[in-house]
Amino acid sequence: MLRYALRQLISLGLSLLVASLLIFLVVELVPGDPATFMLGTGAQPDTIAALRQQLGLDLPLPVRYLHWLGGILQGDLGHSFTYKTPISQIMLDRMQVSLPLALMSLMLAILVAFPIGIHAAANRGKASDTAVMGVTQIGISLPNFWFAMLLVLVFAARLRWFPAGGFPGWSHPAAALKSLLLPAIALALPQAAILARVLRSALIETLDQDYIRTARAKGLTQGQALRRHALRNAMIPVLTIMGMQFSFLLAGAIIIENVFFLPGIGRLIFQAITQRDLIVVQSAVLVLVAAVILITFLVDLAYALVDPRLRRR
Amino acid sequence: MRWSLILGATLAGLALIAAALSWVWTPYDVTQMAIADKLKPPSAAHWLGTDHFGRDILSMIMVGARTSIAVAVVAVGIGMGIGVPLGLIAAANRGSWLDEIIMRGNDLVFAFPSLVIAILITAALGPSAVNAIIAIGIFNIPVFARVTRAGAMPLWTLDYIRAAEVAGKRATRISVEHILPNIANLLIVQGTIQFSLGILAEAGLSYVGLGAQPPTPSWGRMLAEAQTMVTLAPHVAIIPGLAIIITVLGLNLLGDGLRDALDPRLREGR
Repeated sequence: MLRYALRQLISLGLSLLVASLLIFLVVELVPGDPATFMLGTGAQPDTIAALRQQLGLDLPLPVRYLHWLGGILQGDLGHSFTYKTPISQIMLDRMQVSLPLALMSLMLAILVAFPIGIHAAANRGKASDTAVMGVTQIGISLPNFWFAMLLVLVFAARLRWFPAGGFPGWSHPAAALKSLLLPAIALALPQAAILARVLRSALIETLDQDYIRTARAKGLTQGQALRRHALRNAMIPVLTIMGMQFSFLLAGAIIIENVFFLPGIGRLIFQAITQRDLIVVQSAVLVLVAAVILITFLVDLAYALVDPRLRRR
Repeated sequence: MRWSLILGATLAGLALIAAALSWVWTPYDVTQMAIADKLKPPSAAHWLGTDHFGRDILSMIMVGARTSIAVAVVAVGIGMGIGVPLGLIAAANRGSWLDEIIMRGNDLVFAFPSLVIAILITAALGPSAVNAIIAIGIFNIPVFARVTRAGAMPLWTLDYIRAAEVAGKRATRISVEHILPNIANLLIVQGTIQFSLGILAEAGLSYVGLGAQPPTPSWGRMLAEAQTMVTLAPHVAIIPGLAIIITVLGLNLLGDGLRDALDPRLREGR
């Protein structure tokens, strides 16, 4: 187990290093000089040159990469050109929107997916199973930003139950939750459909196993065997998907954040790209990628701890 | 589940026909504006109504289908063209450092938030349909590499592959002549799924303004333009969304149906 963990840890470190290099290089490709962008095109060349020097943009590429990486290793994500504040501070602010939004939609997805996934698996091949499969198929095919527009049309514009966009901040907890609910629903629907389908097929797979037959033979009903034995064994693929969904929800909410004008991480990155605030893009994307890699690493490790069969590879 | 194959093929076929037909004929010219006729609901003259410039929505949906399908097809092509050879190489050299590097590289690409990177790439290269294709295509590569490797691995232990190896055939030739035809089914099914994901991704990118640029109609941008008018004329926002759902749903059902049809083991009750 220790050797397995050590090997995984080394590959984790390498992945993070390669990821940082890739992000740095892609961001370097973005055309447009931040200094020119900040001062406007009418600025004197020597003013621009002075600002470039001040921002460290005149240094050669490898030096800038190492500066950036060195700073991150010391917990310094750098300074935003446009916001004039430390990026770690901005990220923390934006996380207050993105993290609750991701958690809310994941919770909604679980609340919807588990009952219908279990129901479909227990009634495999029957009409209600077919209905669940049909509905989830539509859920997967839905562009979530379109669904978000329909939600706004009905619940914000017509019924006026929820705000159409914006975020009041956590000093008004009730209003804040209210403004996150529609975006959370829009994000959750396709995820719930995916989760229900994965749960159903994982359950069906375990229901075919011998130990379920044994459980049935000793007198458990199909439902009892499903809840007590099959569900627990079906959780590995389900947890993997949930881990992936959480990281998707954290970063992939860009478009939904744009629909609802929410100041989250996704919108931060999107705006930073258009404002040529490249250091923000670089650091924010790296934090997201690192979070995904770390979550995957921890999930893998937890599986290997629980299930020795997985340690072999 | 034969109905999923038929329904899927019908829905996806509808989108394909609309796209193909738009090359030769659309009810109206999509660049022709008629402000007097703006935001008209569906009628006999305009089956799906008109948008805020008085353009015919049916015509725009048809031409938009062309954009969506072209972007998704080429993106799948990129994913297959690079991913399948990588997967074949990894499987042929299973357990070696080459396999390890290819698979680790795959994991790495998977770890990137695809939408964020797609936005970054289109921002770097400039917004256009071609750059949307590149951005979506890159994320198809690891998917196909993984499916190919997973499908090819068990084949390498089979007797006839062993025999070919003993007879002195090179791994490259075995991969192309024996492995590839045997995993074609898998690749077709995965291709359909990636195709539908590509349509969704293209819609998302053009919704935020990073896909095909005006005046080329695209479903995502139609939705973006409709957003401010959604309360005035809901049909302008609803119809492009339905077009996306019909196409994506059709492709997903087609993928499911093909999987069942091509793999008889899955037919019973799954």
